[in-house]
Amino acid sequence: MKRLQADVVVIGGGSTGAGVVRDAAMRGFKAILVDRADLGQGTTGRFHGLLHSGGRYVVSDPGSATECAEENAIITRIQPDAVEKIGGLFVATPGDDPDYADRFLAGAQATRVPAQEISVQEALRREPRLNPGIFRAIEVQDASVDGWQLVWGAARSAIEHGGQVLTYHRVTGIEHDGDQVRAVFCRDEKGGEDVQIDCQFVLNCAGPWAGQITRMAGLPEVPVIPGRGIMIAMNHRLVNTVINRLIYPADGDILVPVHTVSVIGTTDVKETDPDELPIPREEVQQMLDAGEQLIPGFRRARAVHAWSGARPLIKDDRVAASDTRHMSRGMAVIDHLQTDGVKGLLTIGGGKLTTYRLMAEHIVDTMCEQMGQMRPCTTAEEEIPPEGTKNYVITHRLEDREEDRLEDQIICECELMSRGMFTRALAEQPDGTLDDLRRQLRLGMGPCQGGFCAMRAAGIAHQSGAVDIERATGLLRLFLKNRWIGLWPILYGDQVRQTALDDWIFQGTLDVEHLPHATEEVVR
Amino acid sequence: MNIMNALKRDTAPDAGERLGNQLARATLDHCVKCTICETSCPVSAVTPLFSGPKFVGPQGERFRDGESVDHSVDYCSSCGTCTLVCPQGVNVAELNSLARAKMKQEHGVPVRDQLISRTTLMGTAMTPVAPVANAVLGFKPARVVMEKVVGVHRDAPMPTARTQTLQGWLKKRTPPTTPRTRGPIVFFHGCAGGYFEVETSKKSIEVLEHLGYEVLVPKQGCCGLAQQSNGLFESAKKSVRTLVDQLRGAGKDLTIISSSGSCTGMLKHEAHEILGVEDEELKDVAAHVREFSEFLLDLYDEGEFPVDELRPLKMTVPYHAPCQLKSQGMGTPAADLLRLIPGLTVVDSNATCCGIAGTYGLKKEKYEIAQAVGKPLFDMVKATNKELAVCDTETCRWQIQKSTGVPTVHPAELLHRAFGLS
Repeated sequence: MKRLQADVVVIGGGSTGAGVVRDAAMRGFKAILVDRADLGQGTTGRFHGLLHSGGRYVVSDPGSATECAEENAIITRIQPDAVEKIGGLFVATPGDDPDYADRFLAGAQATRVPAQEISVQEALRREPRLNPGIFRAIEVQDASVDGWQLVWGAARSAIEHGGQVLTYHRVTGIEHDGDQVRAVFCRDEKGGEDVQIDCQFVLNCAGPWAGQITRMAGLPEVPVIPGRGIMIAMNHRLVNTVINRLIYPADGDILVPVHTVSVIGTTDVKETDPDELPIPREEVQQMLDAGEQLIPGFRRARAVHAWSGARPLIKDDRVAASDTRHMSRGMAVIDHLQTDGVKGLLTIGGGKLTTYRLMAEHIVDTMCEQMGQMRPCTTAEEEIPPEGTKNYVITHRLEDREEDRLEDQIICECELMSRGMFTRALAEQPDGTLDDLRRQLRLGMGPCQGGFCAMRAAGIAHQSGAVDIERATGLLRLFLKNRWIGLWPILYGDQVRQTALDDWIFQGTLDVEHLPHATEEVVR
Repeated sequence: MNIMNALKRDTAPDAGERLGNQLARATLDHCVKCTICETSCPVSAVTPLFSGPKFVGPQGERFRDGESVDHSVDYCSSCGTCTLVCPQGVNVAELNSLARAKMKQEHGVPVRDQLISRTTLMGTAMTPVAPVANAVLGFKPARVVMEKVVGVHRDAPMPTARTQTLQGWLKKRTPPTTPRTRGPIVFFHGCAGGYFEVETSKKSIEVLEHLGYEVLVPKQGCCGLAQQSNGLFESAKKSVRTLVDQLRGAGKDLTIISSSGSCTGMLKHEAHEILGVEDEELKDVAAHVREFSEFLLDLYDEGEFPVDELRPLKMTVPYHAPCQLKSQGMGTPAADLLRLIPGLTVVDSNATCCGIAGTYGLKKEKYEIAQAVGKPLFDMVKATNKELAVCDTETCRWQIQKSTGVPTVHPAELLHRAFGLS
């Protein structure tokens, strides 16, 4: 068994965990992050791409609103490469509560969320596809954010500050001798060995999986409930500004243009197992109806992919256990010394991606308190990418390809990913799956959903020597299988033609089901 | 005329808005990446400088919610082949045209492009001094200077100035004596047909009159196609609107015939689909305009075309259908029509494009590309008949003639001969 030493082990490689390992490392702790899979593969990778202005919560959850507004400004500044400053609009559509706009404006003022009413004509001029029946429009500072860039940025920063990030390390046990945490046991899934990390502190940032983690420490499950929401990516930017319904938070109240797509979301349904998140057909229809309410003709636009994510909601006694929509979006740190008598174990729940840095600050502050050594948090000051990095804009890749179009091949045509981008990422992560690389490169995330690029990527991976022929086949099949999860629920219109063509290519031309492959199917 | 005033920046202020919200953008949803457009694109086949219609069209468009960053879109020649071949209904060429208009709106239009797209201006300037103009355009040192100063390639085909415009001829000629048995029609000659290709216009009119039509030729300006393909959307809109009024002024609900293949397409669909002109007047003209051969072939289909009057022409000619004619979705009526002439063998070029694409092949940085695009056609023409080639559009004829040395005429010229009119 491999043995490592750390001051603190952070469990969970989502935005919270990445923020926590960065924060702890920046405060001088020896910190190690472990995740059973790749970074940002859970909730962080399964959201709508919104960096909240706070507007959504000015009426329903004023505390969250202020936090969002403050953190939005910080994240936009310290992680410019992950954030596109597109701005947002709250619009009242026909049939919406006519009094809500005034409550919204009052709430925004009270919570210090920048918001300004604009004329309906101005809103329609900016976004001509909007429902012409809108009767109020309020401008806010929403942005869109790439969750994977965010999480990798934080992880790289942590590593620079001496932290360690161990992906594909599944926690198998947490040892404590009665009242003090001693070690975390992991299984290195890729390396095939067991790892013991001796530590004094464990920060449970496993989000909706947090209950499974406390159980591994032999403690009762923490009351974190997976609140499932589905999202659908439409093929291109139907709008160039975040469009929110000007109503009390509800299902299908937002359309976010992020990268090349626009994402409609979302629903909120209580689940028991965060690994089993369905994308029910009726919810797909519900989202398309919601889209139609914002953008007439939405149903005729092309959907390319759907997914389901689980919010880690802290159970709140004031609302019914099944009503996850109205559980607090606020964050909560649970100290297991108080709840279970175990020192050195904290769980964080609730919160949202926009406030990931603040959540990290809170949990590391609590840890410092318990350790009795206050060290100040500096994560809001230090910019993560090199100084002078500008905020992401949608045109970046087109501009990059304009520059290198005569030197480099395009591998993923939809997302304009070049061969060079792919081979560089593969060299950094030679044992990564195509999905691991996808999350960093957007490989296969456009309209053809891997139909034209997946086999190119598998071929290049093999050619580069990173994988043998059997693994290349396995990686290709795994990638296609995972794409399919998000494809079948939205198979209508243009995407059916694409899927049929892709199927002919893979089944007809490549006979992908019968290629030589390893006896055990590649799963990671 | 204050030329500098006329040359002021006049690209579409709303090109970006249109691009984001009109149908052309919505059609990118239909792209399944099949690559058929890329394999048919005559430009990307000969140069890596153009990334191809799928790349700059439905793919690049998804990244264009912001400033224009892909200047290479200007290597698209606007031939429209991509839209024509797309089996899924993506308006590829339209997306590219709009992206280019936005690029020019942000970065400016070279004076050269503004000059060469003003065909009427060139015509008015050159006709009174035709011999001098022709001599200058044929004089190599002058062309070298023109290339350096203006950016028009020294070897690019130039129109030949005529001493008499079509309107001049109409005023001075003896009125036709053929009985007007079929009623009035309007003739749209286009600017080239008014100033440079005067013979084509005359012969088209005489053929129509021979068939018994009263041919009305109202005073008319440019359709704006060259301005449109150079990203000068506002000028183009003004031009086409003026033209629409002029053509409608000749009489209500009259059929409008044109022997200018490309300009017909502008009126039929491009002014609406690319410039976004929504006027009812344009729709009215679009519904009434017929390309010369299209109109005559319709007559033939109705049994109204006097096939028995056609005298034999014993020869074999290469025929090239211009891109903008193919984009009208009517097949190649000229080839079918000419095949009615006894003894005449018409060989289809089966070539995609001659390379000129209006003004594209004149530009010094694109001349070589245009020549490479047209090479298969030039070889075919020379191998088929060194004396005569046939093509429906002016600039394509100039390109073929200049690049092959083979005199190239409009189909009307052969019909004129077959009817014994010349």
